[in-house]
Amino acid sequence: MSDLTARQPTRSVLRGLFGASVSRRAISEDEYRLLSVRELMLRKFLRNRMATWCAVLLVFIYLMILFAGFFAPYSARDADSKLTFSPPVTVRFLDPETGIFHIQPFFYPLRGQRDPRTFQLIYEEDRSERIPIDFFIRGESWTALGFLKGDIHLFGPRGYEERLHVLGSDQRGRDLLSRIIFGGQVSLSVGIFGVLITIVLGSVLGTLSGYYGGAFDHVMQRAIEAIRSFPQLPLWMALAAAIPPQWPPEWVYAGIVVVLAFINWTGLAREVRGMVLSLKERDFVHAAEATGSSTARIVRRHMIPNMASHIIVTATLAVPVTILGESALSFLGIGVRPPMVSWGLLLNDAIRIQNIVLYPWTLFPGIFILVTVIAYNFLGDGLRDMADPFAR
Amino acid sequence: MATYIVRRLISAVFTFFLVSLVSFLVIQLPPGDIVSNWVRQQEAASGQPLPPETIERLRRVYGFDEPVLVQYVKWIDGFPQGDFGFSIAYSNSEVAEIINRRVGLTLFLGFASLFLSWSLAIPFGIYAATRKNSRTDYVLSTLSFIGISVPDFLVAVIYLFIAVFVLKTDYAGGLFSMEFKNAPWTWERFLDFLSHLPVPFLILGLGGMAGTFRLMRANLLDVLDQQYIEAARAKGLREMVVIYKHAARIAINPLISRLGLQLPALFSGTVIISIVLDLPTLGPPFIRALQRQDMYLAGTVLMILAVTLLVGNFLADILLAISDPRIQIE
Repeated sequence: MSDLTARQPTRSVLRGLFGASVSRRAISEDEYRLLSVRELMLRKFLRNRMATWCAVLLVFIYLMILFAGFFAPYSARDADSKLTFSPPVTVRFLDPETGIFHIQPFFYPLRGQRDPRTFQLIYEEDRSERIPIDFFIRGESWTALGFLKGDIHLFGPRGYEERLHVLGSDQRGRDLLSRIIFGGQVSLSVGIFGVLITIVLGSVLGTLSGYYGGAFDHVMQRAIEAIRSFPQLPLWMALAAAIPPQWPPEWVYAGIVVVLAFINWTGLAREVRGMVLSLKERDFVHAAEATGSSTARIVRRHMIPNMASHIIVTATLAVPVTILGESALSFLGIGVRPPMVSWGLLLNDAIRIQNIVLYPWTLFPGIFILVTVIAYNFLGDGLRDMADPFAR
Repeated sequence: MATYIVRRLISAVFTFFLVSLVSFLVIQLPPGDIVSNWVRQQEAASGQPLPPETIERLRRVYGFDEPVLVQYVKWIDGFPQGDFGFSIAYSNSEVAEIINRRVGLTLFLGFASLFLSWSLAIPFGIYAATRKNSRTDYVLSTLSFIGISVPDFLVAVIYLFIAVFVLKTDYAGGLFSMEFKNAPWTWERFLDFLSHLPVPFLILGLGGMAGTFRLMRANLLDVLDQQYIEAARAKGLREMVVIYKHAARIAINPLISRLGLQLPALFSGTVIISIVLDLPTLGPPFIRALQRQDMYLAGTVLMILAVTLLVGNFLADILLAISDPRIQIE
């Protein structure tokens, strides 16, 4: 069966993914018809299951950071000096003493004691009291998206006396899970903003360069060459280190975004330039020129639609690169600065080998980086298939 | 061929100047300069401000009162004599001296792990491509997909975690044990060095491996579809000969042109992994210099990294011209 004519195609794909109960625009069971390009693309994308599930996962991650206040049991700065570097608590359903199963999860609070010889804090469960974990519990008030306010949290310990650190805590006794969720706001938004700048710079400069050629093109190409003749990460590091230390954290954040985009746009500009060069010689562009279309119109109506899918794929694959860039910089201590939190900055706790040995849970932010980046790569993979719906 | 090499050399020299200029501009970016940093340190230490005449004199001595371009020319003017400026982060020692001690190991680690990743990735790539859609192919492809997603610094951290908790080694970073750190090269030091090598080696090698594997597999699959492979089979050649002599040889060419791209990635990787594992390469001084605005040192390291990329590209182009007779050299 060719890709052009198919019998109830999208439906069967959707059915495979979500079960049988997917309804679509009324199309009779045995109708043969041409699929629109859009339908073909969706079909192609959904066929790549990994990409589909990764898209779902990413939507979930973004929802989580958008409503960080709800998902995180504490705020990013809420500290408890009694619980510094406390290990993850064990969330229990079975009472270890009686063996009774509880439908509501609970935990035993941790109590720290100094080892008399090494002065290290050793944590032990205090079995005297069971603290139930409640869902949709009232706690610290939060704001999401700038205007939504609330004080309901997805979960939390009952009562205010004991703290629940599901993924452990850091050196100031701040909840690692909460910090990861809030840190995601920085880590993931850097990816989005960085890529937006990349797209704008790359496609505008690339189009100009390819369309007009000449001296402008020549200067652009030399500049791109100069930037690209550096290994990416060291150049990022050098540029990030140029951000003045006395800047407020928000400025540093913006600076990091610009620095990351500064290298990324060159790749896109090159690709766009190449595409414009080849599109320029196509018949439909010649036809548009002959009928007196303005340059702006040709670019807008004939070139951009032809390049859009490619740019989207490149952009999707640039997001994880940008996220990793920010993580690497913050990990090395030249990225975003406290009190801002990002996954890379959190992972900075694990930069010393003795911390990995003593506090292995400081590696959790790394898992979040990894999952997000892999999900984005699979998504980009699926979008690449989708961008060319006629390929077999 | 000779003219081709000469032409490539000339363009490489041009790029070198471009690279050194960009490096210099990047290190000029931070507000303030090395003298004002030094002055700040001195004032903080002594508690009283230095007289402005002293500061003026210092700036004149180091040439900071001159325009940026003049400073740049002075900086590159020292290169032929091996003078790259001085470093304050390393108590006023020569940049050249700091780098000299570390550049050999950086190059060694970079090239050795490149060799390791190629010598593993190519056979795996051939294996996976000739057994397309088999279970092994599927597993290798998935692993490599994850592999290209994992950044070097995470690999380093994850490996440390595995080394400590799973393998229970006592590897504590570095390339030498404490007693050999600053010792001269002896047989014992060499053995100690060898025993520390596998960890950074594996981390670096595995990083580049995933990408090379994917490329090799994809190339070989493309080549195996070609008609001349069919012709070779039709001639009754053994499958081994078809694959290794006719297909794999061609499929490797794009890898060679990728070499130029892979080298810088590898050196970036070496830099960041060295910071985590505390290896005596260019990584630790680079980050230290960046944090303290020690611009000559930072700029020189940045430039050296760019030059390795330049040389890598140059060698890759020439290798490609040699290995692929279809490439026309006008």
